[in-house]
Amino acid sequence: MPSVDVKTMDGKTFNTSAIANDGKPIVMSFWATWCSPCKAELNAIAEVYADWQKETGVKLIAVSIDDVRNADKVAPYVNGKNWEYEVYLDTNGDFKRAMNVNTVPHTFLINNKGEIVWQQNASQPGDEEKIYELVKKLAKGETIN
Amino acid sequence: MQQIIKKGISFSFFLFYITSSAIAQEQSNSKNAGELHGNFQTDIQYYNTDTLIGAPIVPEKVRMNGFANLTYTRDKISAGLRYESYLNALQGFDPRYKGNGIMFRYVDFNNDNLQVTAGSFYEQFGNGLILRSYEERGLGFDNAFDGFRLKYTLLKGIRLTGFIARQRSFFEYGPGIVRGLDGDVSLNEIIEGLAESKTKLFFGGSFVSKYQQDQDPIYKLPENVGAMSGRAKLISGGFSLNAEYAYKINDPTATNNLIYKPGDALFLSAAYSQKGFGATFSAKRIDNMDFRSDRASTGNNLNLNFLPALTRQHTYNLAASIYPYASQPNGEVAFQGEVIYTIKKGSALGGEYGTTVIGNYSQVFGLDSTTSFDGHGYSSKYGSVGQVYFKDFNIEIQRKLNANLKMTLFYANFVYNKDVVQGLRGYGTIYADIFIADVTYKINKKNAIRTELQSLTTKKDEGSWATALVEYTIVPSWFFAIMDQYNYSNPVLEKRLHYPIGIVGFIKNATRIQLSYGRQRAGIFCVGGICRLVPASNGLTLTLSSSF
Repeated sequence: MPSVDVKTMDGKTFNTSAIANDGKPIVMSFWATWCSPCKAELNAIAEVYADWQKETGVKLIAVSIDDVRNADKVAPYVNGKNWEYEVYLDTNGDFKRAMNVNTVPHTFLINNKGEIVWQQNASQPGDEEKIYELVKKLAKGETIN
Repeated sequence: MQQIIKKGISFSFFLFYITSSAIAQEQSNSKNAGELHGNFQTDIQYYNTDTLIGAPIVPEKVRMNGFANLTYTRDKISAGLRYESYLNALQGFDPRYKGNGIMFRYVDFNNDNLQVTAGSFYEQFGNGLILRSYEERGLGFDNAFDGFRLKYTLLKGIRLTGFIARQRSFFEYGPGIVRGLDGDVSLNEIIEGLAESKTKLFFGGSFVSKYQQDQDPIYKLPENVGAMSGRAKLISGGFSLNAEYAYKINDPTATNNLIYKPGDALFLSAAYSQKGFGATFSAKRIDNMDFRSDRASTGNNLNLNFLPALTRQHTYNLAASIYPYASQPNGEVAFQGEVIYTIKKGSALGGEYGTTVIGNYSQVFGLDSTTSFDGHGYSSKYGSVGQVYFKDFNIEIQRKLNANLKMTLFYANFVYNKDVVQGLRGYGTIYADIFIADVTYKINKKNAIRTELQSLTTKKDEGSWATALVEYTIVPSWFFAIMDQYNYSNPVLEKRLHYPIGIVGFIKNATRIQLSYGRQRAGIFCVGGICRLVPASNGLTLTLSSSF
C-alpha cells in the first residue's frame, strides 16, 4: 500500500500504509458524493455488509475523492445512509494518484498479504454479488484468476 | 545539475536512471525490488461538421488526447512521471495543450518525519482559499507545481509544509515564483489527556507569496504579493464545525481590472449527522480573491487558490450541464444547506427497503459594493448582499420498491443570472424547473436495465429541454446506452435540435474500452458505471483506459 496521508471522518490524519485487516480480505472502493454509480454500488453492499463481515471478516474501505466543495457532506451522507464502512477523505487526490485511479468508481480487492489481487474501473447493477464471490475465495485463502 | 533539472526530458532520464539503478541493485536481492504501477487513457475523436450546434470545423478531422502515468515505489523512495500527448487537443480543451511532452515528473523521499519532493507535486493548504494545485484531466485543468517541497512532522500532531516552486502552464511554466508555508496542529495528539476525548480540535495557518517582476511602463505593481489564512476545525461526536479566513494584499491583475484593493475570503461550514440523518450548512464570502502566479493570466490558467461553487454538484445531465453555477472569484456571498434522511425499513413511509430523502438549497449573491476612485475600484459591506446570482432548491427521493426495482425521483428549481455567471449582457435571469425519474430494474443476477427521463422547462433563453436515456448492462463486461437530449422549445426554430448519442463499452477489470457516436453537451456524464467530465462534441469517440 502506498504511503499517503488522508483524513478520517473525525478529522485525523491517517497514513494509507497502515491499511490492514488482520489477515482478512479488504474491498477498497474510490467514490464521490457526486458519483451515482459509486453510491449505487456502496448502497447495495451496505444492505448485505453485516452478512459479508460475519461470513468472511471482510472490511470495506470507502475512499472519498470529494474536494472541499463537497468534503463536509461526506460524513452526513455516510451516516444518513447508515454505512458501516471505514471511510477516508482524499480531498486533493493524492491517494487516488498513488493508486493510479483515473475515474470513479474504482474498486480494489486486497488479499490477506496486503496485495492487490483484483480491480475494476466501473460499477454496474449486480457487481456486488460478483465482488462477494471473489471475497469468499480470498477469505478461504484461494487465489483469484 | 541545474541544467538537467531545467529540462523536463533530461530530468526524466535522470529519474529513469535512478529508478533503473534501483531495480538493478535489487536484482540480487529479490526480496524488495520495489513496485512499478501506472495507468493510461487515450481519447480519439472523429469530428462531424456541425454548424447547427456551433461546433467549429476541425481541419484535422481526427484529434487525440492521451496520458500515461508511471510510478515506482521502493521503501522510502518513490518516483514517477506522466507523459501527455495532444495531437491536437480535443475540442473543448485549451489549444495551448499542443504536442507531446513530460510536464510531470518527481522523486519523493519519505523518512518517518521528513518528506522531500523534488520536481512536480500537487498541494493544498486548508480548504484551498489561498493555495490548491490539482489536476482534472477530463477538463484539461492542471496547475501542478515544479520545485522543491518539504513536509516535516515536528512532533506528533504538528505538521509543517513548505515549498518554493513555479507553476505549470500547459507545456511551459508561468513567470511567477511561488513560496508557501503551512502549519497544521491537531490538539488532541499533542495534549495527552485529550487523546481519547470525543471532542477534537484542529488549527492551521498558511502563508503564500508569489514573486513576479514589474515590467509595466505605467503602473507600479507589487512584485511580491502575499496571502495568509487561518483555520480551525472542531469535531465532537456527530457534530463538526469548519472555519477559515484568508486575506490577500493588493494584487492588481488582469482579472480584477488592475485594482489595488486587498482581497479576503471567509468560509464556514457546520455539519451534524447520526445514523439515518445528516445535515450540513455552509456559508462563504469572497471579495477580490482571484489569486494567480501570473498577474496577466486569465481563464483556467496559473490559478493558485480554489474557490468552488457552494452549490450542489449535480449529476443528472440536464441539471448539471445547462445552467451550472460557476464561482465568481471577484466577489460573491453564498449559503448552502442540505439534509439527508433515511426513513426506516419496514415503516409505512419507508417501505420494505427504506427510503432516502435529500433536500438541498443554495443561494448566491453579489457583494453589496460601491464604486470608488481611490485605486481600490470599489468598497464592499460585510453585513449585506447585492443582487442574486443563483438559487437552487432541489429534492431527491430514492426508494427500492422490491428486490429488483429501484427508483429515484428528483425535482429542482433554478434561478440563474446568465449575464453574471457567463459574463454576458442582455440575457437576464433565467428561471427553470427540472423533473427527473431514474429507474433501475435488475432482470437477473447479470442483466439490468436503467432508464432516465428528464425535463427542464423554462420560458427564457434556449427554452425547454427533454432527455431520455436507456442503459443496458451485462455484468461483468458489457454496457450499451442510448440517450437523446431535445431542445424542443427553442425560440429559434432551426435550433430545436436533438442531441442523440449511442455508447457501447467493454470492461475487463481495470481496462475500459468505450465507443460513442453522436452529439454531446459538455458536463459530468455518468454512464456505463462511471462518471467522467466530457467536452461538447459531435462525432465518433473512442476511449481506452487501463491501470496496473
